[in-house]
Amino acid sequence: MTTDFHNLPDAQGRFGAYGGVYVAETLMAPLAELTAAYERLRVDPSFIAEFDYDLKYYVGRPSPIYHAERLSRRVGGAQILLKREDLNHTGAHKINNTIGQALVAKHMGKRRIIAETGAGQHGVASATVCARLGIPCVVYMGAVDVERQAINVYRMKLLGAEVRPVQSGSKTLKDALNEALRDWVTNVDDTFYMIGTVAGPHPYPQMVRDFNAVVGREARAQMLEQYGRLPHALVACVGGGSNAIGLFHAFLNDAEVRIYGAEAAGDGIETGRHAASLAAGRPGVLHGNRTYVICDDNGQIIETHSVSAGLDYPGVGPEHAYLKDSGRAHYLGITDDEALAAFHELARSEGILAALESSHAVAQGIKLARDLPKDQLVLVNLSGRGDKDVHTIARREGLSLV
Amino acid sequence: MSRISERFAELQALHRPGLIPFITAGDPLPEATVAIMHALVEAGADLIELGVPFSDPMADGPVIQHANERALAKGVGLGQILDWVREFRRCDTQTPVVLMGYLNPVEIRGVERFAAEAVEAGVDGVLLVDCPVEEIATAQPLRAAGLDQIFLAAPTTDEMRLQQVCAAAQGFLYYVSFAGITGAAHLSTDAVRERVTALRQRARTPLAVGFGVKDAATAATIAEFADAVVIGSALVDTLAGGVDAADAVQRAKAFLAPIRAALDALTAGHAA
Repeated sequence: MTTDFHNLPDAQGRFGAYGGVYVAETLMAPLAELTAAYERLRVDPSFIAEFDYDLKYYVGRPSPIYHAERLSRRVGGAQILLKREDLNHTGAHKINNTIGQALVAKHMGKRRIIAETGAGQHGVASATVCARLGIPCVVYMGAVDVERQAINVYRMKLLGAEVRPVQSGSKTLKDALNEALRDWVTNVDDTFYMIGTVAGPHPYPQMVRDFNAVVGREARAQMLEQYGRLPHALVACVGGGSNAIGLFHAFLNDAEVRIYGAEAAGDGIETGRHAASLAAGRPGVLHGNRTYVICDDNGQIIETHSVSAGLDYPGVGPEHAYLKDSGRAHYLGITDDEALAAFHELARSEGILAALESSHAVAQGIKLARDLPKDQLVLVNLSGRGDKDVHTIARREGLSLV
Repeated sequence: MSRISERFAELQALHRPGLIPFITAGDPLPEATVAIMHALVEAGADLIELGVPFSDPMADGPVIQHANERALAKGVGLGQILDWVREFRRCDTQTPVVLMGYLNPVEIRGVERFAAEAVEAGVDGVLLVDCPVEEIATAQPLRAAGLDQIFLAAPTTDEMRLQQVCAAAQGFLYYVSFAGITGAAHLSTDAVRERVTALRQRARTPLAVGFGVKDAATAATIAEFADAVVIGSALVDTLAGGVDAADAVQRAKAFLAPIRAALDALTAGHAA
């Protein structure tokens, strides 16, 4: 019997053994309220029409599939195709989700939005939609990230959001998530929590996936239209995993399409300095769901490392945990150095500055294509653009821009 | 009957409001934890909640977050905490001990293994903050081993879920006095009174109230309608200043004794 991957999660928000609702009692009611609202809206034709309209006229969808011909020639294997999410308004796939959640918040009559952010991309995407709705937006961001992502902090402020640096724990994304949950517990009546990835308690992993699934739906139709066939393989980077599940979802039931997630191996998985939850973590419970986490033998979450702040997270969406265990998708580690090399390769061969997150996918795509015949197609999700990363790259390479 | 149920039965017979101090295990000093537990009992604690430190305590306010960070920095883990309970039990076989914390440390140790070890060490109940009644199957081995699974009820808990929570609750039901994190400031005792009075109709277990109870006066007001009062953040904050074990023990006694006195005055008032 073949699995229908489109039937997940179940009513309890489970993807096999993963997912669920592991939160403090006070949050159970607002989560139930959100689940009920989302269940109603996701099948409401007028809601879907509103979402599609915004994606087309505000975000600029559909994003094209671009044949990276020169890169493919240099690699010398399969043809590398790029799904250009970097061309969206605000420069990444993150806006697909915040457009959707903003509409849900509006329909629920919420008057205040909170969000967490690591690299700042989801914070910017949240601040963007809040500006458009005229709703106050508070973004929690680890104090360490505030420091290393100064430009995105300023972008959020320009868009009218309040950025609150988080001083607890490791002062990074996971702590920003904790603080956003604490805010939500305290302001459950009027506040909508806009989670930026396919993690968190149900219904977030499902809802965020659904809003990003437009990526894969478009890509599948574009592949058939432009190439008359589906790709041999899909590749996307995985931190929390929203761009990856967005691309993968429409293809999950196409058994002949191979699926690869590129996790951040940082300095190398063997060094312990990485963020590869699926490749090197173990099943546990974090931020409201059961999934693979990076923790020590006492169950304490360990600080992760990646050159890319957007992949620097010790958990991962529960649907990816399920796809890993079921063997439907494969998750491999890409080191900082490999990602940077891919960043430069794409810049020089195609004139595209990819985000450091997406550069992990490009690196994985190159590895994969190298060993495949020239007539095969490998579709890589170019989830975001790299403008935000030029300072990080310059610093790493010993240059100063100012 | 569990040690927790026995203790609440005694309290009821004596018309004595229960006093439940919460401390973070290993804070301010790992070597002081057992001594602090004994000191709290001496100063009038009826049950002790021992917080298991976690790296990501999402339901806790800054005071307990920092206590967690300090304890973790000193390497405090579940195995050591069970050792402390075992040591406490050598001199105190009467006072129930509840471990309160988050799921991941228990999961990584193995729920069944932890359950067996906890029973053997003398733990009586476990409160897993991020394990609501919907996920009760996760904690089944705890119940099977004979530990009481303590549940929270909150102002946001609706009627239908309240029935589930009350049906699943063992030992006592912990009512969270407001929608917020531990140690926050805005406790309205009138609203809590109303909710707890309504909860009585549903609950099959005694009711304890916590989150935001900071002083003797608030504790005494709560004790008028609840079976027990939980005090956490204010105590943890006081202990945090302890320079050595003796000082921490002194601080624990000095903090809890006046609260016990205020609760006892209430009993005396009723008796008169």
